[in-house]
Amino acid sequence: MWSSLMMSNVQWVLISTMILGVAAGTIGCIAYWKKQSLMSDALAHAALPGVVIAFLVLGEKNLFVLMIGAAGTALAGAFFIQWIRSSTRITADTAMGMILSVFYGLGIMLLAIANRTASGNQSGLDSFIFGQAAAMVRSDVMTMLSLAVAVILIVLILFKEWKIYLFDPQFAQGSGLSLRGMDVIYTTVLVTTIVIGIQAVGVILIAALLIIPSVSARYWTQSFRTMVLLSAAFGGVSGAAGTLISTLGSGWPTGPFIVVTAASLFVLSLIFGKEKGIFIQYWQHKARQKMLSQQQADRQLGPNRVEEGIQ
Amino acid sequence: MVEPVVEVKNLAASYRKNIVLRDVNFCVQAGTLTGIIGPNGAGKSTLLKTMLTLHPALQGSVKFFGLPFKKAQKRIGYVPQRGSVDWDFPTDVLDVVTMGLYGQIGWLRRPKRLHREKAYSALTQTGMAEYAERQINQLSGGQQQRVFLARALVQDADLYFMDEPLAGVDAATERAIMNILQQLKASGKTVMVVHHDLQTVKDYFDHVLLLNRTVIRHGQTDQVFTKEHLAQTYGGTMRWMREGESHVVFAHDE
Repeated sequence: MWSSLMMSNVQWVLISTMILGVAAGTIGCIAYWKKQSLMSDALAHAALPGVVIAFLVLGEKNLFVLMIGAAGTALAGAFFIQWIRSSTRITADTAMGMILSVFYGLGIMLLAIANRTASGNQSGLDSFIFGQAAAMVRSDVMTMLSLAVAVILIVLILFKEWKIYLFDPQFAQGSGLSLRGMDVIYTTVLVTTIVIGIQAVGVILIAALLIIPSVSARYWTQSFRTMVLLSAAFGGVSGAAGTLISTLGSGWPTGPFIVVTAASLFVLSLIFGKEKGIFIQYWQHKARQKMLSQQQADRQLGPNRVEEGIQ
Repeated sequence: MVEPVVEVKNLAASYRKNIVLRDVNFCVQAGTLTGIIGPNGAGKSTLLKTMLTLHPALQGSVKFFGLPFKKAQKRIGYVPQRGSVDWDFPTDVLDVVTMGLYGQIGWLRRPKRLHREKAYSALTQTGMAEYAERQINQLSGGQQQRVFLARALVQDADLYFMDEPLAGVDAATERAIMNILQQLKASGKTVMVVHHDLQTVKDYFDHVLLLNRTVIRHGQTDQVFTKEHLAQTYGGTMRWMREGESHVVFAHDE
């Protein structure tokens, strides 16, 4: 009986990490072209104090309330980054770096305080740092599933709008698209993905799931549509495969295995990617070199034909 | 009197602490092709962006066809500087041109075959039809500019704003682009172009707007585009290569 219960729980965890990977891969692609990969990292770290604050206020561990807390401080982080950028001369990456470390430090500090309280000691809030997918129960999984599906739907429905928003925002605005509206939707979707992800992979590793699949996908395609689909697929495969591998040993952490799987897919893409991979580029270079020297040889088909220095 | 297509009153704009534009007033009539001329940092691009609400105005008002921008938006086409986007974005030429139709297609709806055909014919007009399937990261500068122009053409606007469409393109592309601008003008459309090359101003534009932080002179080319007015616009840094009426070259230290 025990083992069958374990089995069914593994199934739930598997489904939720997979769909989390799909959601993160999808929105990650948008972050990639918005040139804001670091933004997802900063917002993920900024979610930590929110989790702890929500716990301290409520006094118990209710996933939904903790998520709202996480979303609250993540959005506050986004607001501060925007504010620092627009009202000071500090550049975007510095602003993100500041918010990332300050909010994370605040989170760790609050965590230490929460762990001193009677209930906090047993609360397992620490798991939000590295995630603990295996500890998720069915209701947690259902919350994650519905949010992740909403994220994926928003990206799909607004597909054409994302494309013009990312490629040429000024022209998009000139055509009547509200950039502020798209910014709000983007930030909301990004924060939602982060918030649902930290339960499974934690505030530190969720950023990897947002960044790595889209970068991997870039090596395979020259079409935005395919890139989003591939990035979603890479994210989903990483989530599922990482979870499966982590069940092989007892106490193996899910989050890190997911990230390592995603990183392995990246290395494969880097080497074998159809469009920008190392092999294809080397091979194309060699092919052109050969073509060129062939042409030169044809032209010089005379008595003083010279072998050019191409081995 | 006919209502002007563009009416700018008392417009001012700033970047950070510097006020880049102040007291900008002018009217543009339908069917004219106007060159916006001025030194670097004169606020030419800022003027376009402020008029199109891409940059906040400090004060003043801009009306198109007697209406505020929001209401006239569908009748206005904008060609940004081609350097303003990342050409490594994974998409093809036809797709970029189709973006010009997004406003007409309506948000949340998908482009149909009809829209792709429209985009294709705009590419034919700019001489880029054979590149329709080409990845945009494989285009040369001149080709990029033609793609941007095609994207503006499919918008089928009545009023066009173009930010340096002739910057860094070869002679053939320059001719092709100017042909299209002349066609637009001939069909009664109004075009305003930020332009850099003083030598071609007289050939290309029927109206000139000399700008340096404010409007120095605006009107018909033969009346406005004179040595005195140019000296006024560019300050003391003008250098005359030939003391004729038609050949001027400017040197500006900035």
